[in-house]
Amino acid sequence: MADGVTTFSGNRGLAIEEPLIFEMNAPGRVAIDLPEPGPVDADRLAGLRRATPIGLPDLSEPQVVRHYTRLSQKNYGIDTGFYPLGSCTMKHNPRLSEKMARLTGLADLHPFQPQATVQGALEVIDQLAWWLKQLTGMPAVAMSPAAGAHGEWCGLMAIRAYHEDHGEGHRRRVLVPESAHGTNPASAAMCGFTVDPVPADDQGRVDVAALKAKLGPDVACIMVTNPNTCGLFERDIIDIAAATHAAGAFFYCDGANFNAIVGRVKIADLGIDTMHINLHKTFSTPHGGGGPGAGPTVLSEKLAPYAPLPFVVHGAGGLHLVEHAAEVPESKPFGRVKGYHGQFGVFVRALAYIQSMGADGLRQASTDAVLNANYLLAELKDVLSPSFDGPCMHECLFDDRFLKDTGVTTLDFAKMLIDEGFHPMTMYFPLVVHGALLMEPTETESKETLDGFIAVIRALADKAKAGAAEEFKAAPRLTPRRRLDETLAARTPVLRWKPGANS
Amino acid sequence: MTTRFTKDHEWIKVEGSAGTVGITDYAQHALGDIVFVEPPEAGRVLKQGDDAAVVESVKAASEVYSPVSGTVTEGNAALADQPALVNESPEDQAWFYKLTLSAPAELDQLMDRAAYDAYVKGLE
Repeated sequence: MADGVTTFSGNRGLAIEEPLIFEMNAPGRVAIDLPEPGPVDADRLAGLRRATPIGLPDLSEPQVVRHYTRLSQKNYGIDTGFYPLGSCTMKHNPRLSEKMARLTGLADLHPFQPQATVQGALEVIDQLAWWLKQLTGMPAVAMSPAAGAHGEWCGLMAIRAYHEDHGEGHRRRVLVPESAHGTNPASAAMCGFTVDPVPADDQGRVDVAALKAKLGPDVACIMVTNPNTCGLFERDIIDIAAATHAAGAFFYCDGANFNAIVGRVKIADLGIDTMHINLHKTFSTPHGGGGPGAGPTVLSEKLAPYAPLPFVVHGAGGLHLVEHAAEVPESKPFGRVKGYHGQFGVFVRALAYIQSMGADGLRQASTDAVLNANYLLAELKDVLSPSFDGPCMHECLFDDRFLKDTGVTTLDFAKMLIDEGFHPMTMYFPLVVHGALLMEPTETESKETLDGFIAVIRALADKAKAGAAEEFKAAPRLTPRRRLDETLAARTPVLRWKPGANS
Repeated sequence: MTTRFTKDHEWIKVEGSAGTVGITDYAQHALGDIVFVEPPEAGRVLKQGDDAAVVESVKAASEVYSPVSGTVTEGNAALADQPALVNESPEDQAWFYKLTLSAPAELDQLMDRAAYDAYVKGLE
């Protein structure tokens, strides 16, 4: 132990060595005492009667409560500290939005309720759709995609449906810059397209000449993130859009970094045909750890008819949720992308956030997000190695040149940050620079928080350069577990507890 | 036997029309600990530059591009159980696949050892 203190229990004060809940199993112990059931008709379940125990642990209620409370205390989240994970927009989740999401009239609905009884919920979907269309300048939005990558897939499916409907089904090649999120090529592949990578130029932007050279009659669309994953605005985006359209292809924009430009740029003006919006990033709903997210996808005039079901329309008797294509003759939906009506709880939070911020507040938020990232860049560029010259947008990118010959890697540097009480930045992404460190502070961090982070990063950079490689290799030392063997975990993963097997 | 290298850090050793493909020591070093390899199956027809195999490390998943065109005759089955071989013996035991070359002239576009070493030096 780093401080030389050992305890009999293995616990360190309030840092409890917590077993798996299955390991705490005490057969016969129950949380709730129910009266003995009356006589049971033994034949009622016939051959379906359970023959073996269900395999869940037997525990008392306080044991269960303590177990999960302790686990939650080991968690690091945006509510406990600074979370500068690049490309993730880990901003504060306002408690007002949480309160709205818990209103019983919204939280306790059933998706099969008659539409006349859920007009308020349909209005939430419709109002949020109105805001998203206003903020992007786009004429239509598909609300049901459940996450960013799901929205990418939705946009690509609309593009595919358009091409097939216009006798251009042979368009199956998709151009994706090398700096793209990994989900972009994955979504394209899932859609049945082939992926053709486009290199970056030495300014960290799409190599426009290379992109134009790859355009052709078999290209379905391009997928470009703007601002891109290097935290830079694609300056030639209008030129890129024009060349793409001239080649008969569509322009898909990955909206993961929309937080940098909300209220300042209408993406319709950039020539974009479709873009997903990560409500859980830009419009501040809790995310991380796999969900829940929401990825509404805006669509241009050309693509709008192919939007997936369901969608809300204004009917004579109020709002109406269209569940079947026959109800709207001019629509040609490519199908459904999700059960029910999308991530409704996220819609409520996003709408509450948008309405409480207002148009001016949203513009201020994107402005401050860019300001905070540039503050980090300005205060760190002399000790780290910025990958590209000039100001950034909402996130700043460094590579590992500042660690050259120190024996310390980007991974070691990130592990050391954990001991200092910070969640590390994004590492080794984007792949276009070596040993990337990508930091996104968001607009919700105070100058004091940023100054504290800057001071730590500067101190660690100095320490690495002063020859403390061994200390870095040993980090983290103050966490419940020391450095984990990530290679072993990836090569021989143990994914679930089995009786006796993993003990 | 001729050995040639690509700018994407694949190597190919050729005897007659039979080629063996893998990734270079520089590539395994840059990727870090390899945790998964998916070599191509026998019979697959590859064009030069096609995605031939997948290699995944603790840092990233990458494609291995075929240095030349040809038909795969064998994928290295040992890599499924021992991905670490790629770190230990990248240019020998950890070959990814063997193929029959369909356009041997493509080899002329690739680098020899000296040219590749100079290329890698330029990257550092």
